[in-house]
Amino acid sequence: MNDKIIETEKLLKEYPMGHAVLKALNNVSLSFDYGEFAGVVGPSGSGKTTFLNIAGTLDSPTSGLCRVLGQNIESLSSRNAAELRTKSIGFIFQTFNLLPAYTVFENIEFPLLLLKIGKDERKKMVADALKWVGLSDRSDSFPKDLSGGECQRVAIARAVVKKPKLILADEPTANLDAENSHNIMRTMRNLNKELGITFIFATHDEKVMRYLKRKITLVDGKVDNDQITEESDKGEKL
Amino acid sequence: MIKFILKGLLRDRSKFLFPVLTVFSGVMLTVFLYSWMNGVMTEIIRTTAHFQTGHVKITTRAYAKEEAQIPNDLALTDVDSLLTSVRLQFPDIYWVPRIRFSGLIDVPDEKGETKKQAPVFGIAVDLTGKNETENKILDIENKIVSGRMAVKPFDILVSTLLVEKLGITVGDNITLISTTMNGSLVMWNFIVAGTVNFGISGLDKSFIIADFSGMQKALDMENCAGEILGFFKNDLYQKEKSSEIALAFNSNYNDKNNEFSPVMTTLYNQNDLSSIIDMASKFTGIIAFIFIGAMSVVLWNSGLLSGLRRYGEFGVRLAMGETKKHIYGSLILESLITGIIGSVIGTIAGLAIGYYLEYKGINMASMFKNATLTVDNVIRADVTIYSYFIGFIPGICATILGSAISGINIFKRNTSQLFKELEA
Ligand SMILES: Nc1ncnc2c1ncn2[C@@H]1O[C@H](COP(=O)(O)OP(=O)(O)O)[C@@H](O)[C@H]1O
Ligand SMILES: [Mg+2]
Repeated sequence: MNDKIIETEKLLKEYPMGHAVLKALNNVSLSFDYGEFAGVVGPSGSGKTTFLNIAGTLDSPTSGLCRVLGQNIESLSSRNAAELRTKSIGFIFQTFNLLPAYTVFENIEFPLLLLKIGKDERKKMVADALKWVGLSDRSDSFPKDLSGGECQRVAIARAVVKKPKLILADEPTANLDAENSHNIMRTMRNLNKELGITFIFATHDEKVMRYLKRKITLVDGKVDNDQITEESDKGEKL
Repeated sequence: MIKFILKGLLRDRSKFLFPVLTVFSGVMLTVFLYSWMNGVMTEIIRTTAHFQTGHVKITTRAYAKEEAQIPNDLALTDVDSLLTSVRLQFPDIYWVPRIRFSGLIDVPDEKGETKKQAPVFGIAVDLTGKNETENKILDIENKIVSGRMAVKPFDILVSTLLVEKLGITVGDNITLISTTMNGSLVMWNFIVAGTVNFGISGLDKSFIIADFSGMQKALDMENCAGEILGFFKNDLYQKEKSSEIALAFNSNYNDKNNEFSPVMTTLYNQNDLSSIIDMASKFTGIIAFIFIGAMSVVLWNSGLLSGLRRYGEFGVRLAMGETKKHIYGSLILESLITGIIGSVIGTIAGLAIGYYLEYKGINMASMFKNATLTVDNVIRADVTIYSYFIGFIPGICATILGSAISGINIFKRNTSQLFKELEA
């Protein structure tokens, strides 16, 4: 039994660039414990998204090992990868990506439909998720009627509603103002504490970094720095 | 899950409206064109049967071979007994004897000199006999414009344009110059009883209708007839049944060694009608096929376009744990739903137009001005049971085909690539 939620060894991801190759990830060996609230940080183009996508089984490495929730992603069939995502991984994106034709309730309900959870239980779980993100009163609204901050909170609710073990958040605050950024970071940290969900961020936003208990800095696809910051609550005071 | 997909589909007008409209118009056109072509074919068959071929026709073998020349010298003899026996053997059919003829009409002045002449063709049908069959088949009484029905053997009905050309009126004497059954020249006097207008360009120019018994006398055809036509009592041509009847008749009467023995041919086998009828049935397949092709291309492209817009949606759904296959399947399901909805409303609209034109008809006289085909100038659509279903073939095939092709892109793209498109 493996006690790490994510474990990578010598992860390499190459993209062809004319005659040369671009190493989006270069020899990345990292591991994350269950319950972490950590972030991959670094300038744009440093490989953060690539790392998250591989950890989320949406992409595969050129070489190296990546184990997620005890599964070696290289050996997963696309069906098994999909199943792993359905059951255990939630995603939060920079652009929210709510389904515009569906209400807040239905957007959050969607992952539960994929899990084939019964109607009554779905209702209860969605209601809980709405409570966690403080949007109980917007259940029947459509995404177009919500502010950016509210949209991102719906996206968070959609990611946590099935209580996954792991949530991967790629630049979740990039389209939000300061107040909303702090709001959703606080929400996510509470969920991390209360539900024990592991959160891994990709960000270059200082506001986000203040909340992280661990920061891994990537530069040109390489791990430059891996640091634990115990004073992670100070962001709240700003 | 299906309910979920349906909900999203109906709410997202851009996903839904354009494909439905495309299917709607294609299906509407298919249903309408099908009903229209059906009407045209029914009309061609109906009038051709009435005036030329019957649903089946009995002639001598020799006459059948040279029918275009109207070879009355090869006419059927002993017609009365032949009629009696076919009426006995095939009581479900109206049997009527006819003589077709051509010649010159001569209009004399007071001194008996030729005032005007015109070539004519005509048919002699039983007008003065006891039964009203021919009047019913050709609907003659209703086509009389002036004057009255022929009641005496040498009464004659003349088409309106010919009346104009000859400058004659009802009650005038005219002379028909033609050849008898024996091949000698004959001049016979008739009285113009009435003028008729069939609304068939091919006929109204120079057509006359004479009485059968009168023409038998005029052309020396006592107890003879050029042709005996048979009509189904519901006035609808039935291909199989007519073949059976012809087969039964021919096995009895047709003698390969006797050119004067009677032979029965069906409407389908006369006048190259077979090619027209076959074409009509192929036509349905062809329209369905054309619309499947055209709509598929349109829907394929609109699928590609909406696919581009939807990469974000697909990306999120993949991230949440749907497989590409599942997403592809839901696209097909969406298209099936749009296809059905578009087909239903398209069929309703197509039927509405079809029924309207079945009731109204369109006068195509100007198009038929030089036509030799006997077809009514007013063409009506003919909505049949197939009109209700025919549209669903292109409607549903095209939507499914369109989205099946455009959806392949989901598989071509890397999952992470779908997200890149979102971030851009
Ligand atoms: N599909 C791709 N094809 C080619 N190059 C790519 C592709 N995806 C990412 N890259 C490149 O890989 C590098 C890392 O990208 P990314 O992981 O998105 O960085 P970050 O999220 O840190 O901004 C960048 O230089 C980017 O241009
Ligand atoms: Mg990125």
